[in-house]
Amino acid sequence: MKLAEESFLTNDFLRQLMNVGEVDILVGLPTHNNAKTVGSIVHAIQSGILREFPRQRAVIINADGGSRDGTPELVTGVSIDDVRPASNLRTLRTLHSISTKYASSSPLSSGVAFRTILAAAELLRAKACVVLSPESENIEPEWLSKLLRPIFDDGVDLVTPTYRRHKFEGLLITNLLYPMTRALYGLRIREAYSPEFGFSGRLGSQFLAKNVWNDGPEGASIELRFTLAAIAGRCRISQSFLGEKNHVERRAADLVPALRQTVGTLFSALEPDFPMWSTVADSQVVPTAGADHEVLLDALRINRKRSREMFSTGVAELESVFQSILSPSTLAELQRIARLGEAGFRYPPELWARTVYEFAATYQKSVISRDHIIQALAPLFRGRVFTFLMENRNASADDVENNIESLCLEFERLKPYLLQIWK
Amino acid sequence: MREMIVSELSQALHEIARGFAHFLPRLIVILILAAVGWLIAYVVKAVLRSILRLVKFDKLSENAGTSQLLAKAALPSATEMLSRFVFWVAWTGFILLGVSVLGILGLQEQIARFFLFLPRLFVAMFIMFFGLLAASFFSRATLLAAVNANVPSPRVLSLAVRSIIIVFVLSIVFEELGLAEQTMLVAFGIAFGALMLGLAIAFGMGGRDLAQRFLEKRFVRGKEENDDEVSPL
Repeated sequence: MKLAEESFLTNDFLRQLMNVGEVDILVGLPTHNNAKTVGSIVHAIQSGILREFPRQRAVIINADGGSRDGTPELVTGVSIDDVRPASNLRTLRTLHSISTKYASSSPLSSGVAFRTILAAAELLRAKACVVLSPESENIEPEWLSKLLRPIFDDGVDLVTPTYRRHKFEGLLITNLLYPMTRALYGLRIREAYSPEFGFSGRLGSQFLAKNVWNDGPEGASIELRFTLAAIAGRCRISQSFLGEKNHVERRAADLVPALRQTVGTLFSALEPDFPMWSTVADSQVVPTAGADHEVLLDALRINRKRSREMFSTGVAELESVFQSILSPSTLAELQRIARLGEAGFRYPPELWARTVYEFAATYQKSVISRDHIIQALAPLFRGRVFTFLMENRNASADDVENNIESLCLEFERLKPYLLQIWK
Repeated sequence: MREMIVSELSQALHEIARGFAHFLPRLIVILILAAVGWLIAYVVKAVLRSILRLVKFDKLSENAGTSQLLAKAALPSATEMLSRFVFWVAWTGFILLGVSVLGILGLQEQIARFFLFLPRLFVAMFIMFFGLLAASFFSRATLLAAVNANVPSPRVLSLAVRSIIIVFVLSIVFEELGLAEQTMLVAFGIAFGALMLGLAIAFGMGGRDLAQRFLEKRFVRGKEENDDEVSPL
């Protein structure tokens, strides 16, 4: 057994890993005070392994950030015997559950948890791994198969999920992350930022060896970094449709941390990945098992007016900050639309793509604090959200998809502009 | 009588000539020191300018807000200003070193004081620059946080943070330079106390309605408003 990460892992955890030996499947479960949901998630994992992988050696690795609600005990305490009577199935191997607490100053540090999972996967020589979110309220046993089968059967390195979402959910992904990663990295991955994904042991080891744990901005998402590294490394990637995404609610008040996690991570990856993305000309479809997206159209109460107001206030109050980030023509255009009334207001895709690219270029040049650049994007994103909400208020699923596609094409069309201002 | 006058005059001229002969080598030393000093100061200026350009000092100065101040005053860039300042300090130092060779007692004491003052001047400039940098950073952080939290009058808050830090930095700078320490201390105490009292009165009395609206929005309605928004992820 290779002990490359022995200094990072605790002795007790290493001892438990040694007792397990080698495995075929590793299920990573990063937690922090998730007692409400973790029990049902472990049940779903066990059912999934019993049904789909009864002959594989499997282990659940719980990397816990210091929970005080008994989360680790719930993970290790759930017996597979609780699942057997219901499923009427038996595994031919022992299913291990190991929990370890990682030393971290921030309990939300997903990087430490993910590093623990990757290190365990390398030590146990896992062939395929899957990471699941402890906040998912509706994980189904089939998710394991959907995220692991392409790795076992097709030799895929990374399996990202696609979900059934409400048309107005995940607007940061549909209006920025998806169009920009698609335009720059050339792959149409719908959910590059996702807490659930599967990957091969080979890809896990490659990423672990990169030792990027202390790089990137504060609050960066290591999962997104992992996906971008897989794309930049030309790994084989596929998507699997998992069904409805039903996470414990993350409200719009969390916009700035969400921007740090996604946009901050993406912007910081652009610099080292420049040789790769600067040569990509267009975008390719990613093989997908199931739908590559599904849209729910139920009525949803959303405070649109507040988004527009915060956009206008932001443009007026942050003028001095925007002067350091945006070109005079973009700023002038933003100031013009900020003065428009609710009825006439529109933040067009072309202007939005140009804004985001100018932010990315300024971020690379570090004209001001990088975290301030990310924070300054928040009010502008609210303006784009308002336009998206208005344009798709009565739109069908196809209309919504067409609008997202137009935005993506705009990002692709303006990519030369980013290359021009990047230098 | 005539002979006596001629003799006195020739003696006086002799004295002058002797004095001049005594002074001339020292003058030459001053001139040589000034010329060598100019050369060294020029080289130091050129090297410093290159280093500052290499470390992108102008960008740092832009972040601190000093570049904007210099531009408003139609002055050159921060790199150029600092390079020129160091040049003049170095050259003046060499000239004063030369002047001290003259051996004028009072002047020597003043020159010694000038050289003793130089380290304090550099420390004061250092504090001032990084103080302005901190003021700019924290005022921008306040502005962004206030805008994103939808707090009323974000620019006023940002300006207040900047002003407090600058006043604080100025008081330290003056103390470092040893200029009107007591006056600055008292002035700082009065200004800071007045600012805090003013804010307290304004918020408690004048801005009672505003405070009420703000607190309601933050803790009562704010929650409802947030409930009407969807997750960005």
